[in-house]
Amino acid sequence: MPAVRGDGMRGLAVFISDIRNCKSKEAEIKRINKELANIRSKFKGDKTLDGYQKKKYVCKLLFIFLLGHDIDFGHMEAVNLLSSNKYSEKQIGYLFISVLVNTNSDLIKLIIQSIKNDLQSRNPIHVNLALQCIANIGSKDMAEAFGTEIPKLLVSGDTMDVVKQSAALCLLRLFRKSPEIIPGGEWTSRIIHLLNDPHMGVVTAATSLIDALVKKNPDEYKGCVTLAVARLSRIVTASYTDLQDYTYYFVPAPWLSVKLLRLLQNYTPPSEEPGVRGRLSECLETIFNKAQEPPKSKKVQHSNAKNAVLFEAISLIIHNDSEPNLLVRACNQLGQFLSNRETNLRYLALESMCHLATSEFSHEAVKKHQEIVILSMKMEKDVSVRQQAVDLLYAMCDKTNAEEIVQEMLAYLETADYSIREEMVLKVAILAEKYATDFTWYVDVILNLIRIAGDYVSEEVWYRVIQIVINRDEVQAYAAKTVFEALQAPTCHENMVKVGGYILGEFGNLIAGDTRSSPQVQFELLHSKYHLCSVATRALLLSTYIKLVNLFPEIKNRVQEVFKADSNLRSADVELQQRASEYLQLSIVASTDVLATVLEEMPAFPERESSILAVLKKKKPGRIPDDVRESKSPLPTVAPTAILNSTNNTNSSSADLLGLSTPPGSAAPTTGNGLLDVLGDLYTSTKISPSTVQQNNIKKFLFKNNGVLFENELIQIGVKSEFRQNLGRIGLFYGNKTQFPIQNVHPELHWTDLHKLNVQMKPMEPILEAGAQIQQMLTAECIEDFTDVPSMSVSFIYNNVPQKITMKLPLTLNKFFEPTEMNGESFFARWKNLGGEQQRAQKIFKAQGPIDLTGTRTKLAGFGMQLLDGIDPNPDNFVCAGIVHTKMQQVGCLMRLEPNKQAQMYRLTIRSSKESVSQEICNLLADQF
Amino acid sequence: MMQFMLLFSRQGKLRLQKWYVAHPDKLKKKITRELITTVLARKPKMCSFLEWKDVKVVYKRYASLYFCCAMEQEDNELLTLELIHRYVELLDKYFGSVCELDIIFNFEKAYFILDELVLGGELQETSKKNVLKAIAAQDLLQEDLNDGLLH
Repeated sequence: MPAVRGDGMRGLAVFISDIRNCKSKEAEIKRINKELANIRSKFKGDKTLDGYQKKKYVCKLLFIFLLGHDIDFGHMEAVNLLSSNKYSEKQIGYLFISVLVNTNSDLIKLIIQSIKNDLQSRNPIHVNLALQCIANIGSKDMAEAFGTEIPKLLVSGDTMDVVKQSAALCLLRLFRKSPEIIPGGEWTSRIIHLLNDPHMGVVTAATSLIDALVKKNPDEYKGCVTLAVARLSRIVTASYTDLQDYTYYFVPAPWLSVKLLRLLQNYTPPSEEPGVRGRLSECLETIFNKAQEPPKSKKVQHSNAKNAVLFEAISLIIHNDSEPNLLVRACNQLGQFLSNRETNLRYLALESMCHLATSEFSHEAVKKHQEIVILSMKMEKDVSVRQQAVDLLYAMCDKTNAEEIVQEMLAYLETADYSIREEMVLKVAILAEKYATDFTWYVDVILNLIRIAGDYVSEEVWYRVIQIVINRDEVQAYAAKTVFEALQAPTCHENMVKVGGYILGEFGNLIAGDTRSSPQVQFELLHSKYHLCSVATRALLLSTYIKLVNLFPEIKNRVQEVFKADSNLRSADVELQQRASEYLQLSIVASTDVLATVLEEMPAFPERESSILAVLKKKKPGRIPDDVRESKSPLPTVAPTAILNSTNNTNSSSADLLGLSTPPGSAAPTTGNGLLDVLGDLYTSTKISPSTVQQNNIKKFLFKNNGVLFENELIQIGVKSEFRQNLGRIGLFYGNKTQFPIQNVHPELHWTDLHKLNVQMKPMEPILEAGAQIQQMLTAECIEDFTDVPSMSVSFIYNNVPQKITMKLPLTLNKFFEPTEMNGESFFARWKNLGGEQQRAQKIFKAQGPIDLTGTRTKLAGFGMQLLDGIDPNPDNFVCAGIVHTKMQQVGCLMRLEPNKQAQMYRLTIRSSKESVSQEICNLLADQF
Repeated sequence: MMQFMLLFSRQGKLRLQKWYVAHPDKLKKKITRELITTVLARKPKMCSFLEWKDVKVVYKRYASLYFCCAMEQEDNELLTLELIHRYVELLDKYFGSVCELDIIFNFEKAYFILDELVLGGELQETSKKNVLKAIAAQDLLQEDLNDGLLH
């Protein structure tokens, strides 16, 4: 047993030795249970324990806890120790509390009282003990109790330095728990000036506090920039003997330097003060220069500390993104690290370079290191380093090097670690699409992806290749040929069968001229895979088969045989059975013309951001650099109308992309004369148009984004809008219904919540020719939740008579909803959590007509929240969940709508974390059903 | 900000845990278990940093003991490594060539020293001298009082 320092507790040491001597897990548990029983009886016993004994037992409990056992008693005894007048007992009491008491314990009041007493103590060591306890477990209650005292302690002239240090971090903890605790006004400047404190330890602690304050309120604390730069400058120019014990292995104050550099990353470069900016640049230059100097020590601590400062300086340079020289210098420095023998340095250099690649100033410089990065991806021994290399290749890719990088990534994928394959597949798919100049190359890459790593190719990837092939005539024949060849491999991945099935079904005719890929051969090839595939793929293939019947009437009989096969027509799977029987019927009943109409080539998909990118972003939030170089390598330009067409599809793009969930066949009624019904549905649905709206009834736009906003005998104004997060694009379409031009068209926006909702209007042509339609784009950004709906007045002159129309725009708070899926358990948990008076809003209102649950359902589906089925025990009730996206915050929102058929009433309840949101959503929905 | 620090042995036995974020005990146990397994599975020459769930893990092995810190994304990895080193230096100085046993038998001291170095997940004092001074002052207070008791 090693010697025990200070006031040793013999009993504790003996107990620990006993545990260590236990030969088995069982013996250990037995010993522990014995001890727990002993302590329990001591605590319950009649004999009052003295402080030493309490301390000893509490310490034993701590040790038992450390061994991984639950401790459910002893808290009271620990709290008693807090008021002991022996320091060692007090200290153990505090230790137990900071390790074992959670913040909502019943004992918290007692603890707060003890802390209060100790804060009053004249002995700074006692004060510090109390402060440390707050800093470790501080809660809202503590913020309330100590909110006024601690700031005073922090800035007062007669507080000792050690106490100041603890007070700063204590305040930081309380600030994180309840931000309102920081006093404003003159305190701001006093806190900022801690950066000038002569004691380096105080500055170190204070910088952490200031960093958090700045994040909350950058403008108020702007003054810290000048002081931070000055302090940093003093440190980096200091010789290592100047700072005495704050020099760490010959590096002057590395921790404080890094904190200051971090602090400065909260601001844009100090441009209004050229002096400060110049001084900062000098600091950064000095840091670079020092990095080039020969090391003052061979110890790894020296180089780590030096490089830590260097990396943080580079982060700041990247953040500022304004000094090309420094950016390029950073890049060269990191380039050297790429071949350093320290794995840690290579890892960090790759990571940091990834950020440099996104700056237009340093992108080219990063590209110079492509070869070595590719080598890192292939040769590094540590998968986390290889992962960084993959990330960097992805970030440094552009039109000039895409082919090579994609090729290398594909090659590496064959042997890549399982843990990073899926992500690599996504990355390759995105790069191939983004930088494809020749889409045949793109098709090759994706098919290769499926071949090499089929299991890791998610639905989004193969949906996307089909989207692209369908939208680009020039690759269709090539895609059909390539996929046909790929399918000839004796074993091919099911994803390949899916893509092959879809593409041949659409474009098989383009290669049918070649006898090697005649219709018969195509069909047999696909069908040879059928029995090995899952139900979903089989369903897709059945659709392909009926398409082939349309393309090649000569194989109709053969296909009908397949539909008729027992395994299909009588399949145990209802989806397969339905498809087989309906397609069979369709092939028998329909004339060639009808068949051609039903199975017409798929229309082009609306252009949209790749859904793959969304998946990648979700996988690695914050780690996928937004493409800041977009101006240099623009994505294929997207016509605004095309975006508008995709309204409502964008959210569920991956799910409904191929219409797999509602295949053409399964939409057909299964009874009676199925075929006619199919067509009937098709035709009527295209005729539905809301052109009967005579006045601007904004309420109906609550539940939809497109339609006619206003119409009279002169003019029709239509709207199409789409929303994503807190942003929206609204397209207005002005149509002139007359034989004469409409002139001086002048739209104007009015709304009062300017600071809550930002709406920008693009200029438009002032003349609307007879019979013509022009469009105008508006963009909206929701800053904070709002109630005032913007209105627009359009004045114009028709036949020399001035006219003016005023209408509300369909821009209500619910447009910024993101639907949220959740299960019953989490719904009710949240529902309960949001039970406060400030969070609820409720309205009871009369139904507008007879209660129509289907109608209500349809409306709610368009409102923007997620309808959650099977959660409310009463099946007639509706519950929904969604998140309102505003720039300031995201507000989770739950809804419950309870229809009462007898009374013809509805009760609507909204709960959200923000009162005004609950109110507004409630107001919007009231009286709507 | 540091979210938590774990000290564990090569056999996977936890020697010290300090949490700066509030988690239920169950979750703490789960995190501890998983992280220990992950770190122990890594080979010696591998990089000391790893992206793990939503934290950045920085770890280093000293003899039979692993020191492992979970940091936030923006924290500086290399300096975290040196923070661990500073902690080891402090233990070493205090115990005089520290070994795993010292930490087992005097775990409360290991906590007190850590509290002087890191507070609420933020670095409090980097000067070795100042930390040791603070600890010495605490010890002195204990010994004074003990003397008082004996007489």
